[in-house]
Amino acid sequence: MISKVKKAQILSLLNSGKRIDGRSLEQYRQIKVETNLISRADGSARVSLGDTLVLVGVKYEVGPPFPDTPDLGVLTVNAEFLPLASPTFESGPPDENAIELARVIDRSLRKSNAVDLTKLCLIPGKSVWIAWVDIYVLNHDGNLIDASALATSAALLTSKIPKAEVEGDKVKVIYEERLPPPLTSLPVTVTVAKIGGALVVDPVLDEEEVADAKIAMSVVGDKICAAQKMGEGSFEVAEVKKAASLAIEKAKELQDKLIQLPKP
Amino acid sequence: MAGERLISSDGIRHDGRRLDELRPIKMAVGVLKNADGSAYVEQGNTKILAAVYGPRSIHPRHLAYPDRARVRCRYHMAPFSVEVRKSPAPSRREIELSKVIREALSHAIFLEQFPATAIDVFIEVLEADGSTRCVGINAASLALADAGIPMKDLVAACAVGKVEGHLVVDLTDLEDKNGEVDMPFAMMYGRKKITLLQLDGILSYEELCKAVDLAMTACEKIYAMQKEALKQRYLALRKSIEEGGG
Repeated sequence: MISKVKKAQILSLLNSGKRIDGRSLEQYRQIKVETNLISRADGSARVSLGDTLVLVGVKYEVGPPFPDTPDLGVLTVNAEFLPLASPTFESGPPDENAIELARVIDRSLRKSNAVDLTKLCLIPGKSVWIAWVDIYVLNHDGNLIDASALATSAALLTSKIPKAEVEGDKVKVIYEERLPPPLTSLPVTVTVAKIGGALVVDPVLDEEEVADAKIAMSVVGDKICAAQKMGEGSFEVAEVKKAASLAIEKAKELQDKLIQLPKP
Repeated sequence: MAGERLISSDGIRHDGRRLDELRPIKMAVGVLKNADGSAYVEQGNTKILAAVYGPRSIHPRHLAYPDRARVRCRYHMAPFSVEVRKSPAPSRREIELSKVIREALSHAIFLEQFPATAIDVFIEVLEADGSTRCVGINAASLALADAGIPMKDLVAACAVGKVEGHLVVDLTDLEDKNGEVDMPFAMMYGRKKITLLQLDGILSYEELCKAVDLAMTACEKIYAMQKEALKQRYLALRKSIEEGGG
């Protein structure tokens, strides 16, 4: 919950085009991306957006495919809102917010064809690579989706998949030899919050508490590959269109962070 | 679907519809005795029942908001509603959809008139053939109105998709599974406020704008049908009173 004083302050500042932390409406907080922090993971990345901190680990594992897609690898995205990340997070299975975040990121990866699942098949119907993406929210100061999406793409980009040799109907995994995974273009997500009629990118937690609604737009190249409106408020048609063009424009900054990553 | 096309060269879809044509829609209001409000909506083969209980006391009590009602929503698919039996336990998909549907509906309700209460919305998908969350919203919105809950507007919903390069409205399951894009959309049409928007698939900025405009036109039609369905409910009620009294 946010105090009435703070709420009034956020709204009155926005009226004059300002934000509580001094940013402009269309400005991200400082973005920091670090990769390969967890040596036991096959890929990992930590992203901070101001005080929001998210760690993503990628693990590749040989397992059975889904029965309806016998010749495709499996991609699974899970998010944990850890109780250490915020006084409002509780231990237990993922709640609707964590599930929603994971599913929005999952859709953005799938629709951008980020991981070429056809190349993760080892023995059709029997053995495929399963790519596990685990999103760990470490500190919550708003805009968890953008931070998690960027960390997910960064972790995948810098991940290495063990070499696998198929001998008859057996798969031999050679952990010492590692290859880059079959990736195409990776998505980034830009969230736009509507606060008292103003549209702002990268809302901090206090702004999220005041916001009427938010819309997360995942961008691949210069197109939108996933979107999700969140919160109980509403958007006007013109606002959705503005949010979309804003997302496409701001996505470039996030895409640059991915380009600048050290090659694994 | 190998080789078979979903849209013919003259722009006719697999079920005979034009690109911007809705499926046949049936709406009935007040279909369940026990619920405070209820509605049944059929959109093509998609069949959905919605019921509303409340405003009523909320348990556990700590969930109550001191200054307004709390909307709770459960979107649930019957095990027999889909091709392969679905476990009745709520899936991650159902949990996400329950959340976005709740957020699509609550903006339309005067929640502040019922502090510390719960408004429970139950949506049961009896048969699924695409656009279930949108049809669910259409039914739930009618059920809320039927429960006599004061609302700013009805919420009308319709999915827009991209199939074989064409933007189409009111997707069937086949179009959803084989198409490129699914964009569920809900709007308080009288106030032109978008309360649900999801996108699964790639659209350029121009396509997204077009899709939103197309969804709005579809919602206009559904909104008119919702109003008519509510009117029919009260006309029937009046008739029965008049007959009873006469």
